[in-house]
Amino acid sequence: MIKLDAKIPEGHISEKWTNHKFNMKLVNPSNKRKYDVIVVGTGLAGASAAATLAELGYKVKAFTFHDSPRRAHSIAAQGGINASKNYQNDGDSDFRLYYDTIKGGDFRSREANTYRLAEVSANIIDQAVAQGVPFAREYGGTLANRSFGGAQVSRTFYARGETGQQLLLGAYSALSRQIGLKNVEMYTRREMLDVVIVDGQAKGIIVRNLLTGEIERYSAQAVILATGGYARVFYLSTNAMNSNATAVWRAHKKGAAFANPCFTQIHPTCLPIHGELQSKRVLMSESLRNDGRIWVSKNKADKRSAADIPEEERDYYLERKYPSFGNLAPRDISSRSAKEVCDEGRGVNGKDAVYLDFSEAINRLGENVIRERYGNLFDMYQNITGENPYKVPMQIYPAPHYVMGGLWVDYNLMSNIPGLFVLGEANFSDHGANRLGASALMQGLADGYFVIPYTIGNYFGGQKPEKVSTDNTAFAEAEKTVRDSIQKLISINGKQTVDSIHKRLGQIMWDKVGMARNEKGLKEAISEITSLREEFWKDVKVVGQDKELNQTLERAGRVADFLELGELMAVDALNRNESCGAHFREEYQTKEGEALRNDEEYAYVSAWEFKKVGEWELNKEPLVFEYVKLATRSYK
Amino acid sequence: MENHNINLTLNIWRQENPSTEGRFEEFKVSTSPDASILEMLDELNNTLEAKGERPIAFESDCREGICGTCGVVVNGHPHGPLPKTATCQLHMRTFKDGENLYIEPFRAKAYNIIKDLIVDRSPLDKIIQSGGFISVNTGSAPDANIHPISKETATIAIEAAECIGCGACVAACKNASAMLFVGAKVSQFAVLPQGQPERYDRVQAMVNTMDEMGFGSCTNTYACEAECPKGVSVTNIARMNRDFLKAKITSHALHF
Repeated sequence: MIKLDAKIPEGHISEKWTNHKFNMKLVNPSNKRKYDVIVVGTGLAGASAAATLAELGYKVKAFTFHDSPRRAHSIAAQGGINASKNYQNDGDSDFRLYYDTIKGGDFRSREANTYRLAEVSANIIDQAVAQGVPFAREYGGTLANRSFGGAQVSRTFYARGETGQQLLLGAYSALSRQIGLKNVEMYTRREMLDVVIVDGQAKGIIVRNLLTGEIERYSAQAVILATGGYARVFYLSTNAMNSNATAVWRAHKKGAAFANPCFTQIHPTCLPIHGELQSKRVLMSESLRNDGRIWVSKNKADKRSAADIPEEERDYYLERKYPSFGNLAPRDISSRSAKEVCDEGRGVNGKDAVYLDFSEAINRLGENVIRERYGNLFDMYQNITGENPYKVPMQIYPAPHYVMGGLWVDYNLMSNIPGLFVLGEANFSDHGANRLGASALMQGLADGYFVIPYTIGNYFGGQKPEKVSTDNTAFAEAEKTVRDSIQKLISINGKQTVDSIHKRLGQIMWDKVGMARNEKGLKEAISEITSLREEFWKDVKVVGQDKELNQTLERAGRVADFLELGELMAVDALNRNESCGAHFREEYQTKEGEALRNDEEYAYVSAWEFKKVGEWELNKEPLVFEYVKLATRSYK
Repeated sequence: MENHNINLTLNIWRQENPSTEGRFEEFKVSTSPDASILEMLDELNNTLEAKGERPIAFESDCREGICGTCGVVVNGHPHGPLPKTATCQLHMRTFKDGENLYIEPFRAKAYNIIKDLIVDRSPLDKIIQSGGFISVNTGSAPDANIHPISKETATIAIEAAECIGCGACVAACKNASAMLFVGAKVSQFAVLPQGQPERYDRVQAMVNTMDEMGFGSCTNTYACEAECPKGVSVTNIARMNRDFLKAKITSHALHF
């Protein structure tokens, strides 16, 4: 059993962070340089953490598997970043942002963390603007806002459809400044393959140099993982090609608890699958649902083109089922409804796709208005599909997008392994069972700029962790594990390519651990994943050698980890006998087909402890709600 | 969405490592017009791997044209023949059945070829590290609305800031110059009030590093703008030159 102490500070929810900041131990400025910190990942959370810790005087080593710290997938976020600035004078506040976030997460996140997120959100905007991030402006020169799903106020700051890019480049510029000042040692093209634990504390990492294949050891008094999410377990997702779970998974196997692994968000408006060669899914902004109407044919396997299907034979299913929200029903509900009609065989040409039709809006408003609102998205659609969405309806279908689950952390963002901190999408803490739009960027930067700089000082000041040499036996053992695993991958020399096995895993996950789950399917998934994993270790083919740039080997290691994580996702989904947010168990729904939560039995974080491959022990962190009343969501 | 596969002859640059000589290797493929060029290469690699042959090394990540990781030269054009399109967004329907494609890495004096289609673009990071930032520590920022910024200025800033750092401009330039990349970053900060205190330090530091890294000079052919996947404008180069000249004329001492 792991002892899960969330370390939530005393006091009213609005005073916890302030009190905690005062009560935490400090490290004298001249002593900070005595502490080495390793930061793995240079996305929003990692880059902001590395830059800020270096500014404070810590000696930082930052690692990324990319060629440059500017490439992380935070860069692809489109819509925006929430902050409770209340610049629009429309009633926003820290409390309202906290409330929206906890309700949006269907009451499965930790109150104190969520409130702190709201509390520091305004500072993020100040910091980004000071760095020169070019947010959208009003004619008077002040910052512009727009509204997003799950909120009744306008609190989303944005930079065209490229908010993630601009915020990441802001954090990257701050990190670059510290690299130039030699306060950060930047290690690019390095992939973390293990965390080193000495006397129960995280003391370093083992990495593979992706250019040479050399295995390298790095030591520090604290290790921060900011390595993003694991939606690539589904093979096809909106994540980048190299996004993976290896860093968090290897930490999990060293003792870090994995929390709520089954909470995965499926985004409703993505481009459908074009064919066998598809490598990833592309997201189209949710904002399109403001003017687009979603429909399918009332008939099964209808091969007629959209224009040939008369109005009375079309089913505008969201408008029919959710008359008050219509096409703007929340992400989880819209995604599930699309799956339902396609499972009935009523998708476009009988395929997994539904129409997103702008013809009514174009007739009403004119093509120019639609071009002004969505021109760049329409161009992108045409570029990818070769079809003109002004003339024929778009086709969309849901895709895995973001994971709310991740390594368990306490209020200080430290895992249950002392000295191992986890930031951003890689941890589980703030979004419960469903994340609201424009909140991922907020959380990554909150963790990196404004939380870890305080809480890591508290760890150093309180524990005075000692330096450990990389000659320590723990480093040698971890390195041996890594080398053995690489040698094994190379030596199997079977018949199946890494990608072909990854695709099969993705199909199992999508069919049985995707948008809708049930007991039978989950049990099948567990057994199918187990046998696929055995097949992988007997029959995978990894071409090339370990002591060279070998992209096949890189992917093989990541898929090996996905084959273990996928099983845990199914185990977690099977354990959670309720529906909440993005986790929909078909057995637990209301008569109207909506998610049926079970607060009596499942208002807890499931934190899984690794025993051996395929075997975990469940630990529960009860969720206590003192400042909100638990309510059922309704969108009828 | 079309369904008929197209047949192509690919001539792909193969090079084991930075110190060996490279050569073109020919492959015949039949591929879906709906696939991107990188998905076509994925499939080719899977075929090679299944036969136990070395796959073609190339880089990519987001596959949405925003991370700047991908980039190859297709038939002489960095990121291929379409304007404002990154390699990952280049779809096979762009090409005709029976066509010959020449796929090569981005070439420049400052970029070393690492393997096959992968090059080392870290000199671009070095330029940013020398001055491509506003020096503001976390926590010392004033309220975000303290400087009103006109829509016009904000537009110049974001259009410069859209650079994805792919380095195609360098590969497009006959002098292998990085002026568009540097000009874009200099411009973004030069027009904003937050960027004023370090304006003349920044431009000098970045230009100096650019020269040290072995990038060439600009002779105004504008190939960079034409090949830029984001269409970053050469007016950013003019703005950088103006600031650089002003720094020199006023003998602005470099503090970085």
